[in-house]
Amino acid sequence: MNKFLRNIILIAITIYFIYYAQNHFDSYTLSILDNIGIFAILALSYNLINGIAGQFSLEPNGFVAIGAYFTAILLIPTDTKLDMFALVDPAPIILQMKAHFLPAILIGGVAASFVALLLSFPVFRVRGDYLAIVTLGFGFIIRIFAINNPAYTNGAMGLNDIPEEANFLWIGIICIVTFLVMIHVIYSKFGRAMKSVRDDEDAASAMGINTFKMKTYAFMTSAFFEGIGGGLLASMLTTITPDQFSFLLTFQLLIIIVLGGLGSMSGALIATILVMGGMEWLRFLDDDITIFGMDLGAHPGMRMVVFAILLIVMMLFARRGLLGDRELTEFFKKKSK
Amino acid sequence: MSNVILKIDHVTMQFGGVTAIDNLSFEVEKGSIYGLIGPNGAGKTTIFNIITGNLYPTKGRVIFEGNDITGVKPNKVVYKGIARTFQNIRLFKSMSVLDNILIGFDAQANYSYFEAILRLPRYFKHEKIIKQKAYELMDIFGITQFADSNATALSYGNQRKVEIARALATNPKLLLLDEPAAGMNPNETAELSEIIHKIKKDFDLSILLIEHDMKFVNAMCDKLTVLDYGENIFEGKPADAIVDERVISAYLGDFTNA
Amino acid sequence: MDMQIFLQQLVNGASLGSMYALIAIGYTMVYGVLRLINFAHGDIMMVGAYFTFFAKAAGLPFEVAVLIGIIGAAVVGILTDKIAYKPLRDAPKISLLITAIGISFFLENLFTVLFGSTPKAFSAPDYLTKIFHIHGIYLPISVIIIPTVTLIILAVVLWILYKTKYGMAIRALAFDIQTVKLMGIDADRIIMIVFAIGSALAAIGGIFYAISYPSIDPLMGIIVGLKAFAAAVLGGIGSVGGAVVGGFILGFTEIFVVAMFPELGGYKDAFAFFFLILVLLFKPTGIMGQDLERGRF
Repeated sequence: MNKFLRNIILIAITIYFIYYAQNHFDSYTLSILDNIGIFAILALSYNLINGIAGQFSLEPNGFVAIGAYFTAILLIPTDTKLDMFALVDPAPIILQMKAHFLPAILIGGVAASFVALLLSFPVFRVRGDYLAIVTLGFGFIIRIFAINNPAYTNGAMGLNDIPEEANFLWIGIICIVTFLVMIHVIYSKFGRAMKSVRDDEDAASAMGINTFKMKTYAFMTSAFFEGIGGGLLASMLTTITPDQFSFLLTFQLLIIIVLGGLGSMSGALIATILVMGGMEWLRFLDDDITIFGMDLGAHPGMRMVVFAILLIVMMLFARRGLLGDRELTEFFKKKSK
Repeated sequence: MSNVILKIDHVTMQFGGVTAIDNLSFEVEKGSIYGLIGPNGAGKTTIFNIITGNLYPTKGRVIFEGNDITGVKPNKVVYKGIARTFQNIRLFKSMSVLDNILIGFDAQANYSYFEAILRLPRYFKHEKIIKQKAYELMDIFGITQFADSNATALSYGNQRKVEIARALATNPKLLLLDEPAAGMNPNETAELSEIIHKIKKDFDLSILLIEHDMKFVNAMCDKLTVLDYGENIFEGKPADAIVDERVISAYLGDFTNA
Repeated sequence: MDMQIFLQQLVNGASLGSMYALIAIGYTMVYGVLRLINFAHGDIMMVGAYFTFFAKAAGLPFEVAVLIGIIGAAVVGILTDKIAYKPLRDAPKISLLITAIGISFFLENLFTVLFGSTPKAFSAPDYLTKIFHIHGIYLPISVIIIPTVTLIILAVVLWILYKTKYGMAIRALAFDIQTVKLMGIDADRIIMIVFAIGSALAAIGGIFYAISYPSIDPLMGIIVGLKAFAAAVLGGIGSVGGAVVGGFILGFTEIFVVAMFPELGGYKDAFAFFFLILVLLFKPTGIMGQDLERGRF
């Protein structure tokens, strides 16, 4: 129970810091913290399907989009919707959908999770790496669907004037909840079963593990929190368009979980801060570069080249990332022995 | 009849045009140790894969405790009471010895996903029970001191023990051992046969084992079937097998070595 | 639909299907020998088209530029394998897939940085863009040339696979990499040949694409690559004949569905995805595929 008490105190301190930050930090710092918090939520959940269950998936951008759209539609007041939908009138159901903030983001999460369940049947029943290609394709399909159904999504113009209800308090607390849920899953029979599927699928089923079910649980849980992350993102940005949820988002998250160590949740948290910081720091790469008085011009995309090289080099030379597949606490445990 | 726990009933297995198992039948009696021997490529492991549902036989049936289990999925076969080990030890390599064995107890930990996430009392209760059982099992095999070590860091002989303990954790009635003595030195082999006899008695098991080592088979098995190119060329007591002409000709090299 | 329109769509479908087929062959061959979805394959197609574009811009004759594009793509394909995939042959599968997606993202962004993200107009010589009108059918000559060339290439690839020593090794490798090593075949050399053939075909597909549209951009390989992969799965992953059949089915479907139901035009790029889902649900081995993923013990 000592450990239990320690954890409660840790969580209380973290929440107090979040509360303090929300009330005392300036809006620029808060916006950076918001961003880090949302990416942490996404990286933690992405790490469950990829790192713990070992199923290579490229889903985050698709599920984030689902969560973002659901939340946006539920939050935007009816009058605003009537004004906003320029191409066609909004579908009646779009006008009827209405919810408070917390239910809205939860519904976004449930919707993403439901889609994950549907995708599970084609990809997890067969062996092979179809999950990656199906989820990659799914990200594009979501965009196609959003553009072609203006009565539901306002087409390529996207949705704006989304009430800005997400703040660092919300984001921080949801981030803590996500972390706890992931840790609780990992240190349970479900987490063990997911890891056994990752290590050796045949041996796992020879031990009575329903491998399809474990992959689906991991996928749906990831999707749920990615949907919620999407809802927070929509409410933070107040504007969403179909093009915003591109593969770039997934790629950033992939870098984060590989850097942190596939399967390590504390690693994912640390890597989120490093990568988000690195993204800001490397911003100069995309700008005008002058070397020895020679103007090389602006190179939008240069940062992404650097990150792609970083990912490849990590896979080739430091596959285990910062923490391998262990949590921070496990390192301390080993030391005390 | 009721004394038969497993019945292989006229099983044939073809891959493309190749016949791996040809019309094979045998019966394993409850409480016995049954051996399945034969040269490499004789189709021994194929039979295991058919019993555990990894393969669906071209013809024939697998009867377990009077029920047809042909084609039942591998994870469901475990619930019926059949557990296996693999020829080339397949432990979960990123997991500790304890966690490996806890995987075997998965079905006995009776709490739901939400109970785990919310850390409700049932989670604590059942985790405590299966951990206790896992330590009891490790004690039997003398591997308790490795509980927190990474499973693949152990010696070959100890990994074999972990694998058998993991299979036992699923609470089987029939244990399938795929070349348990392979790669072991004589001391380890002797220790292993002792353990197998002990767990057979303590857990009220029937055992079907595949083996190369004739000495080991002689010491272990009550009855055996000799396979050659998927065909049953001998069935009976081990003592009779080593004097059977067909067995000798199929096996020549191995016998002289043994 | 009257006969003229039908014939018109038929040639269009054959032309589109050819491109998918050419790219799908590379996916299916690499998957056969490495069990890897080579995410960078669609980008290799883009690389081939860019090399051709720049060779031509440098003043070389179109035919030479095409050759440079093909060879350039093959070299990039081989390098990809040597640098990024080969060191990971014994690593967990997920490492290989992550690296593949890294290569894909690297190529897309590198070409964006180097050449900008705006599409470049791709001009083919007149004899490829000439248009005939036969009985009301609008017939760019490329629409005839593309499927013809594709079928010739397919015949060559099948000849290599089934009649040469290397082809036999490729097929053996698809079956079991260990046995092949025991047989004394240099598996890495065979894998290199597979990447060379696959990338060269992707480049040809990319050049056809560039002629038909007629423009190229650094991200052109993503959607086409995705569709070609779906075509490979539809035909049966691992089977070259299947990849071609899958490619043509996808090409015809896209053209005919849009012709018959114009309101579905916006969803054209989604058809491949639905094919992929349906195949995985009902016949994961595809039309002509064997079960490559059967559990081996």
